[in-house]
Amino acid sequence: MVQTDPFVLAVASGKGGTGKTTLSVALAQVAGAPLYDCDVEEPNAHLFVRPQWQDKQDVTRRVPLIETELCTGCGACTELCQFNALIIVGHKAMVFEELCHSCGGCRRVCPTQAIHETDVTIGSVSLGLSAKLTLVQGCMAIGQVMAPPLIRATRNYHHNVPPAKLAILDCPPGTSCPMITAVRGSDFVLLVTEPTPFGLNDLQLAVETVRQLQLPFAVAINRADSGDRRVHDYCQREGIEVVIEIPELRHVAEAYSRGETLLEALPQQRQLLQNWLHQLCPGGLA
Amino acid sequence: MKIAVSATESTLSTPIDSRFGRAKQFLIVDTDSNALAVLPNTQNLNAAQGAGIQAAQNVVNAGVQAVITGNCGPKAFRVLKAAGIAIYHCSDRSAGDAIKAILSGTLQPAESANAESHWS
Repeated sequence: MVQTDPFVLAVASGKGGTGKTTLSVALAQVAGAPLYDCDVEEPNAHLFVRPQWQDKQDVTRRVPLIETELCTGCGACTELCQFNALIIVGHKAMVFEELCHSCGGCRRVCPTQAIHETDVTIGSVSLGLSAKLTLVQGCMAIGQVMAPPLIRATRNYHHNVPPAKLAILDCPPGTSCPMITAVRGSDFVLLVTEPTPFGLNDLQLAVETVRQLQLPFAVAINRADSGDRRVHDYCQREGIEVVIEIPELRHVAEAYSRGETLLEALPQQRQLLQNWLHQLCPGGLA
Repeated sequence: MKIAVSATESTLSTPIDSRFGRAKQFLIVDTDSNALAVLPNTQNLNAAQGAGIQAAQNVVNAGVQAVITGNCGPKAFRVLKAAGIAIYHCSDRSAGDAIKAILSGTLQPAESANAESHWS
């Protein structure tokens, strides 16, 4: 039987700390779907999933390596590089790996074949299983700064992940390369926000971003009854559907601080999430 | 000796610009002939990344033997070191006074970078 690709639901936000992980874990639990923690700079879904780690694979990316004897210091590579990752000092090229975007262009333009490529480990992808769910986690190595290749590797990790009709991505915050890498190619984006001026400002940026990427999306409002109504008003004005609202409750925050999931703290949310998922992706619930 | 000083204005009486990669400009001073040239750094002022590296490349190309600046990050420091350029950290006096302090030996070159990456 040919396994069809799962429906990919990306849970993102502009502002950090709005509840992406809280909702991602809850949605994955409700659907019985694998959860991909793509917030590789600070993955934290495992704190709630508490998995047994089964497998771990290093992820590398290619960066230039200069063979000094062959380098004439002509500067062809530095002219090509758009990220200032190479410069010529003392008639030899010098590499700044952390600025390199691994395009391989410098190697191609080098007239003396002085540039080779070498693998740098940027992090790892791990598979974890718990009674609650299957977790795939990307985790960047200390000192690394280039998240997108690791996010792609996390999204593409299939080894020993049980086949599923739906997959949930817990995405990085913000609206820059990591967030875009995580949401691009997904089937639907759920933008999680909170009813505060920061929440609204960053939601607007995130909406602009997913609109540009031409991805269908809806909004979830966490701590929905705190703050003010400006997020609700904005969504209404823009014709954006608010599909999930989670109330502000002290005991939910307390449960979170103990590493308990939203469904454990607020069991009545299960039916609401289930209804929405059923609407979004009929047949996606295990 | 040729010295590059990160500076906010184009004269020797101007204060040292505390930033290296995103300095407004560099004064290139030849202490033998007292010639003064201005090396603009505007293209790096708004660079997203690698401003320190490019600024270092520019002062290397200017053929200086020493750099005076307020703060120098690790990448720029690596470039200047590789080029054999001495780096002097100084921000509490004018560009001209800092040059005098180097020539009289009261200002010592730095052993390492004194700012983190992306310091602003």
